[in-house]
Parts: sequence; structure tokens; C-alpha cells
Amino acid sequence: MKSLADLKKLKEEVQKKMNLRNSDYKYKIVVGMGTSGIAMGAREVMRAFLDEISKRDVAGVIVTQSGEKGASSMEPVVDVLEKDGKVVTYCQMSAEKAKRVVSEHIVNGNVISEYLI
Amino acid sequence: MLKRIDVLLCFGSGCVSAGAKKIKEELQNQVKAYDIDSEVNIIETGCMGPCDQGPLMLVYPEGVFYKQLKPEDMKEVVEEHFVKGRVVERLLMRDESVAAKAIRNVEDVPFYQNQTKIALKHCGYLDPESLEEYVAVDGYSALGKVLEQMSPDDVIKQIQVSGLRGRGGGGFPTHLKWKFAKAAKSDDGKKYMICNGDEGDPGAFMDRSLLEGDPHKVLEGMMIAAYAVGACEGFFYIRAEYPLAIQRIKLAIENAKEYGLLGDNILGSDFCFDVEVRTGAGAFVCGEETALISSIEGKRGHPKPKPPFPANKGLWGKPTNINNVETFANVPPIILKGGEWFASMGTQKSKGTKVFALTGDVKNTGLVEVPMGITIGELIGKVGGGMSSGQFKAVQLGGPSGGCLTKQHWDVPIDYDSLIAEGAMMGSGGVIVMNHEKCMVNVAKFFLEFSLEESCGKCSPCRVGLKHMHNILEKITAGKGTMEDITELEKIGSVVKKTSLCGLGQTAPNPVLSTLKYFRNEYEEHIKEKKCSSLVCADLLHFEINKDKCVGCSLCAKKCPTGCIEGSKKEKFTILQGECVKCGNCLEVCPVGAVAKLPGILSEDEE
Repeated sequence: MKSLADLKKLKEEVQKKMNLRNSDYKYKIVVGMGTSGIAMGAREVMRAFLDEISKRDVAGVIVTQSGEKGASSMEPVVDVLEKDGKVVTYCQMSAEKAKRVVSEHIVNGNVISEYLI
Repeated sequence: MLKRIDVLLCFGSGCVSAGAKKIKEELQNQVKAYDIDSEVNIIETGCMGPCDQGPLMLVYPEGVFYKQLKPEDMKEVVEEHFVKGRVVERLLMRDESVAAKAIRNVEDVPFYQNQTKIALKHCGYLDPESLEEYVAVDGYSALGKVLEQMSPDDVIKQIQVSGLRGRGGGGFPTHLKWKFAKAAKSDDGKKYMICNGDEGDPGAFMDRSLLEGDPHKVLEGMMIAAYAVGACEGFFYIRAEYPLAIQRIKLAIENAKEYGLLGDNILGSDFCFDVEVRTGAGAFVCGEETALISSIEGKRGHPKPKPPFPANKGLWGKPTNINNVETFANVPPIILKGGEWFASMGTQKSKGTKVFALTGDVKNTGLVEVPMGITIGELIGKVGGGMSSGQFKAVQLGGPSGGCLTKQHWDVPIDYDSLIAEGAMMGSGGVIVMNHEKCMVNVAKFFLEFSLEESCGKCSPCRVGLKHMHNILEKITAGKGTMEDITELEKIGSVVKKTSLCGLGQTAPNPVLSTLKYFRNEYEEHIKEKKCSSLVCADLLHFEINKDKCVGCSLCAKKCPTGCIEGSKKEKFTILQGECVKCGNCLEVCPVGAVAKLPGILSEDEE
């Protein structure tokens, strides 16, 4: 590190990796991981989100899990929360759909209405 | 791959000795077994604070706080929480005030709610072995600000505005120390900066926790101080009993060097600074600055008369500045947020916060940071959660140099000057809470014994005076004291205080003098009535068997090491007081509770 600018650069890089702890996010993706969710493939959906976000190196996104949401027939269910409290709920998700949510909603900010509950 | 869970495992010394390493191992096995090891970050952190609840685990992003973990709990935590998203209720902290309601978020834990964290802000939150994580929370930004925008005088000015005083115990204004060291002339231009990590008070672990939990913060504070006084070389002096602290600070220095944050022309400026670690052999007196300097020089750790002060003639005769670990940890936040911000907390003359190691008969023992000026009652009652057992009797502040305060001091604010006015002192921050079962004469003897053993022996008031005081206390606790002994204790105590060479001797009589002031009746009871009401002093208590309760089972007689219990099934059993060594075996083994421990001596004719 040779200058203050280098220090700032390092700071921004590491902050990306620490989003989970400071709950500073632009989008928070919550995958329903109740028994029925898992039975319907929630784990694969979760993996797909994590993979796709890492691949595209999107900053400010945290992926987490919640328990049963009570909409068994709609599983796997995924909530996408924005920092200001806005929530979008997608249902009957799959790994493929998860990838599309990342590219269209998370990256470009367009909600995919056909996946909505 | 992106992680979705940050698991922070408390690796403070308390949690490590409670089994944190095994927890980590099992956690790693379990996340592997559930094939989510690529999704979970497992991070070792410094002390999280509530040490009595350890081993502790904090899970983000939810902020779920698990306590008293066992390796066998890990399967459930991974399966239920990490895989299925269901928090494991039974491992949560509980709020006793609301029908033992489980607390789901770390921010709602009452223990933290009455605290204000500045020095400890990131202790238990960051991976102390990662310079990068420290940088992510504004680490080294204060150093950057200082090098880019501030002159050494600006830095000293900010510290003056903040009102920061030395956290090692003395409470000397930090800006004055820096000013003296800056003004001092050095023949070859060399000045030194020392970080005093020779924390030695029994029951104190503030500095250790800071060095273990956030070493870069201490290092950054030290570098800012070095810039302000014009020092180019520094030393961490840490006692060898703190292996983890030494390991972490060494790693921090190594990483800072790799990143170019230590060495020549730091961050492109003219500032050059290098630092080394020196380990102390654990002599208490080496916490005294002149003794510490001798020890770094490779000499025997003996204090020297002051003046000359280290600021003018310190390490190898050069101008030297010494600050305590916690003092340095307060520097980066002051630089970043400004001196006024820091000065807005605390009392008129004691600003900011203070870290305390809360121990003894209090519910929440552990590491706490509270604003200066909090009352003793608030610290024990609110932060400490009240007594764990028995009634409050006394609180010992400031370790072997401090004093005992009582119920009447419940509303005394904790700041440097109020405590000294009451006969205690801030010290480095050890707080030992005692209930009614503690004998104050014995407590005074304990602390005096510590100072006596740690006295370096250079000056006679400390070497001879403390020994003499200790002999008197031995006499009193053995029931052989006279009322003249109390006068003698006070007389010697005040002479030792006035005439000792260094801080050790000047403060060592405090535990005796303060207990004499507030618990004089206990000394008198020991002397006049040959009685220890708290049932601590073995020579001033006795055991008795109640013949009405005794069933004659002879178990006590069998367990008695001196064979001084006689009797039969018919006659019941009796203790022959003369031969009793007060081991208490009989009390422990009696199946019907017929043996009692009673105050006072029973002479043989009374039997």
C-alpha cells in the first residue's frame, strides 16, 4: 500500500465480503428452507443464487434462509428485500429461475412478474 | 463462492478454556457433513464480553447469539438453523426480566444495552487475524487522515479536546504526555514509543482482550501517537502469560509490514515507524513505566526515581512515551470522529468510556465498556445484572492498588477523581464484586500478599513495610491480634504510601487502609471477639455436631483426617475442638445436616 487511495480501494473490496455482518445491503434474498421448501428443491435454488451472484461479482447482496413460510404448494419461495423495506416474493422457484432473478432483478432492477406469487 | 452465513466464534481466552476449539472443530465437521461448507464463513473473534455464558457463537446476517455451547449442539445448529432456517431456541440468551423470554438478536441482549463501546467496538466482531477486516471498518483511516491532513500539533490538540486520560490506572492526561515527549530534545533525533501491555492485576483482562480481539486498533493508535511525538521506533511490552495476545499482535505487525503500513514512508508520507514486541516475565512491577523501560533494555525490572521522566530520559536515555493498551485503542476513533465527540461522553474531568473486567459474585461476569461517570450501583446492578448469590457487601476496584467500597458508595460515579476521593482508584479496570460471605480482613490480606510478593525490593518502605503489615494481618486473622495492631497498620500504611519509590509501594497499602476505613468493625471483631462472622478465617471458626440431629452413622468420624471426632451410635458424635484442623469434611459428608460451621473459637472447657 503506497497511498491513501490504495487503502480506500482495499476497504471497498473487503466491505463487499462483510455485508452479512453489518447488514448493509441493497438486496437481501431470503430462501424459504422449511421441510417442504427443501423437498421442492430450495437447496438447489439457494446454491444457484450464491453461484450466480459470485460469478457476476454483484456487490451489496446478501443471501440468507428462513424457516417454513406456510405456502407449501408454492415452494420453493424466495423473498427479495430492498433496504427500504420493499419486498417481492417469487414462488415455485428453480435453479434456472434463480439465475434469471439475479440477472434481471438484482443486476438490472426489473422485477420478473411471471414468477411472482 | 458468496457466503450466506458468517459464524463468529468467540476465541477470547475465556471461551477457549471453556472449549471453543472443540466447538469449532465439530462445527466444521457438521457443515461439511451437510455439504454447506462452501456457504459458511467460520471466523474466530476476540472476546465478546459475557464470559460466564461461553462458549459463545454469533450468527449473521440474523445476529443470533448462542451461548454455553457444547460440541454435541453443533449438529442441531447446522441442521436446524443453517440448513432449515430455524433458530435453535434452547441455546439462546434469555431475558430474565420478561419471563425468561428467549432473545433472538444480539442487539437485544440486556448485557450489551447499558454499554457504550469505543475501544471494544469491534472486539468480538472482527477476525483479529485479518488486517483486511480491520480496514473494512475504517481501520487505518485515522492514520491516513493524520498523515494527510494533520500536523503533530493538530493531533495533540484533538487529544487535548477529547480529554483522554491514561487508561492504565494513573489517569494522567494523554495529550500532556505526548506534548512533553514531542517537546523533548534527543541528541540523535531518536524517540521511542512504548505500549504498556503488562496488565497484572488479579482478575483484570481488559488489555489482554483488546490485544487479542482488535490488535490493529491498538497498533494504529500507537502509530498516531508516534507521529505526534516524532518517534520512529516502538515496542509492545506484553507479559509472557498472554501467549495469544502476543501471537496476535505479532501477526498484526507482520501483516501491517506486508501491506506497507509499517516501515518507511507510510502511505506515501514522510512518516517512518517500526515496531517490535518484547515479552515480560510477569513481574507486576514491570507495569510501572521506569521498571518496564529497564526490562526492555535487558536489565532487571527495577523502577527509578522520577524525574527525569521517560518523556525526557526514557528508553536508552532517549525521549520516550508510554501509554497503556486501552489508551491507544481510544485514539483512532477520536481522530476519526473528533475530540468533541469523545468529550461529550463521561464526566467533567473523566471523558469517554472505560473497559472493566467484571468478576466476583455478580450475575454477568465478563468484559464491559461503559461511559465514565456511571455509578457503582449501575455498573453492578444493570450491566452486571445484580448479585449472583448473597447480599452485596463490597466492591474492590483497581486491584492490589485500589480499595474496597461499600453499599454507601452505590451512587458514587466511576471516574478517576471520585474514586480516589473515596479511597479506591480506577486502576486498570478490575472490578471484583463481593457478597456477604467474604471476610474483608482476609480480602485485604490477599491483595497485600500479592503486592508483597511482587515488590521488587529496591526500596525499604515497600519491601519491609508491606512485610510487616502482612505479619500483622496474619496475626489478626489467626485471632492473635491486639487493638494496637490496627493503629500500627494505619501508621505503617501511610508511611509506605508516602515514602515508596514507585506506584507499587505508593498504592499497595490501599486495600488495607480502605477496608480499615469502611469495615473497621470486622477487624475489631477478629481482635476482640476472636470471631470471623463471614466464616472465612479458619482459626476463628469452629465446627459443631448437633446431637439432636445426629443419627450416629459415624461417617464424619471415618472421614476426619485427624481422628478428632468421637462417639457411638448411642451416644452420638462430638468434635474434640483442640485437634480439629477445620477441614470441613464432616460438614460435607453428614447425611442429615447435623454438622454446623459457626463463628468464633470454642475453648476446650466449653466442650
